[in-house]
Amino acid sequence: MIKLDEIQKRILREVADLHEVPEGAFNIRSDGHSVGRQSTANIEILPKTDVSGLEIRIRPGTKNESVHIPVVMTKSGLKEVVYNDFFIGEGADVLIVAGCGIDNCGTADSEHDGIHRFYVGRGAKVKYVEKHYGSGDGKGKRILNPGTEVYQEEDSVVEMEMVQIKGVDDTERTTLATLKAGAKLLVRERLMTHGEQRAISKYDVRLNGDGASADVVSRSVARDDSFQKFDAKIAGNAPCSGHTECDSIIMDRGRILAVPGLEANDLDAALVHEAAIGKIAGDQIVKLMTLGLTESEAEEQIINGFLK
Amino acid sequence: MLELKNVSFAVDADLGDREIIRDVSLTVPAGRLIAVTGPNGGGKSTLAKLIAGIEKPTEGRIVFLGEDITDKSVTERARLGISFAFQQPVRFKGIRVMDLIRIAAGKEITVADACAYLSAVGLCARDYIGREVNASLSGGELKRIEIATVLARGATLSVFDEPEAGIDLWSFRNLIEVFESMRAEVKDSSIIVISHQERILSIADEIVVLKDGAVDRHGPREEILPALIGTPSAVPECRPAEIASERRVFGQ
Repeated sequence: MIKLDEIQKRILREVADLHEVPEGAFNIRSDGHSVGRQSTANIEILPKTDVSGLEIRIRPGTKNESVHIPVVMTKSGLKEVVYNDFFIGEGADVLIVAGCGIDNCGTADSEHDGIHRFYVGRGAKVKYVEKHYGSGDGKGKRILNPGTEVYQEEDSVVEMEMVQIKGVDDTERTTLATLKAGAKLLVRERLMTHGEQRAISKYDVRLNGDGASADVVSRSVARDDSFQKFDAKIAGNAPCSGHTECDSIIMDRGRILAVPGLEANDLDAALVHEAAIGKIAGDQIVKLMTLGLTESEAEEQIINGFLK
Repeated sequence: MLELKNVSFAVDADLGDREIIRDVSLTVPAGRLIAVTGPNGGGKSTLAKLIAGIEKPTEGRIVFLGEDITDKSVTERARLGISFAFQQPVRFKGIRVMDLIRIAAGKEITVADACAYLSAVGLCARDYIGREVNASLSGGELKRIEIATVLARGATLSVFDEPEAGIDLWSFRNLIEVFESMRAEVKDSSIIVISHQERILSIADEIVVLKDGAVDRHGPREEILPALIGTPSAVPECRPAEIASERRVFGQ
């Protein structure tokens, strides 16, 4: 049985909704080492031998199982790059929960760069949840640079939920996806930056097969002096449908740059991009004030709802 | 209950100040339903906003329940018991109907309670409670949800800015029932309704006619209404096409 200290437990709650050691397959990485790992009959988790990271193999047809691979960093000054490869067998239906929490109370920067590759078999369904969280009042920065690559076989479905609400100083996220015929990708990104934070999110989605579809939606809030860049590109290389949406609220002196990118290389590629950036509408605040909320309570309700 | 004392409101226009409300004095007693009508551009909506605190008078005082609220914020007035239904309800991404009703009620309420408010405005509660108050709702649906939030507030003074506009198929009878139940639920509560609709004017205790930013006439309904019928200040409830489509929906 693994022992977790209070900081580790708190971070696990934030990034993976975990209160104790999870059921099913898991690997908990803390300060550069695996502190607990469990495979199941259908899901095998093996450490890589050449680089730091894991190989996760999910048998074809595995249903309703989950994999948790949270990362916790509590030592100031730690920098790591981790490669995790997921092989999801044909027809499997699984939940994968990743996430990284950094607690940095020291003066040196802490950085975790997680590179996740997903090889999704024909007809498989994956729900992937990735949460980022930073805490600690040290001067050292909390830096996360996740790289995600998704390779989808025919008729597979991948649903990704990416959340970063608090405390990460610097992040550069790149997501690359290629989809074969009938495959479907859904991305829901929620992001809030404050202070002097900087967050960049790039997507490069290639719809290569007949009937492939992608829906990439980002909702974000930039407060204080923070900066965000949302750079979403979808290429339609076959009869397909793609949609990207960037919906953002700016507050204080926050800045957001949205860069839409659509590339139609097939006559039957239907691609749509939507982007809207603006401050909270004044009438929304007034409406909630007529219901008895103060101006700051009203803002909080609006932001909470928006990022829900 | 509410007293407006020589209230004026002006905005900066290119050629000097333009007065939208001119020296309005008005008393709303407890337990009354007051209808405010008058020509378009006469300052009706501005008057409602001045009462709710969304606009501040450039001159004059507003007294509510004996307290001078002229300098109080929208929030403070809401907490003192003033409620306001927008003419054009606001949309919110991510905030659900249930959330909005809970905020309006100012306390934790059960889904059953929230549903009761929605049913009162003629919405099938089950279909709406979990929906976001966003662009997926029609203007008429939003309008009814707006009225439901005012119901949930249980305020001493409720101000409705053209509540009937855009409620499409919802019958006037329901709206009138809503007003009646509000008055029954909160003792001595008053309602101010801005409306041109004859049907609404005909249930008011008093009618105020606002014209060019000033009170043109004010008195008991029996005195004021007869002269208004047939003018744009008191139009019949529905156009024939709307009545026909409503009958189709209700299978009449």
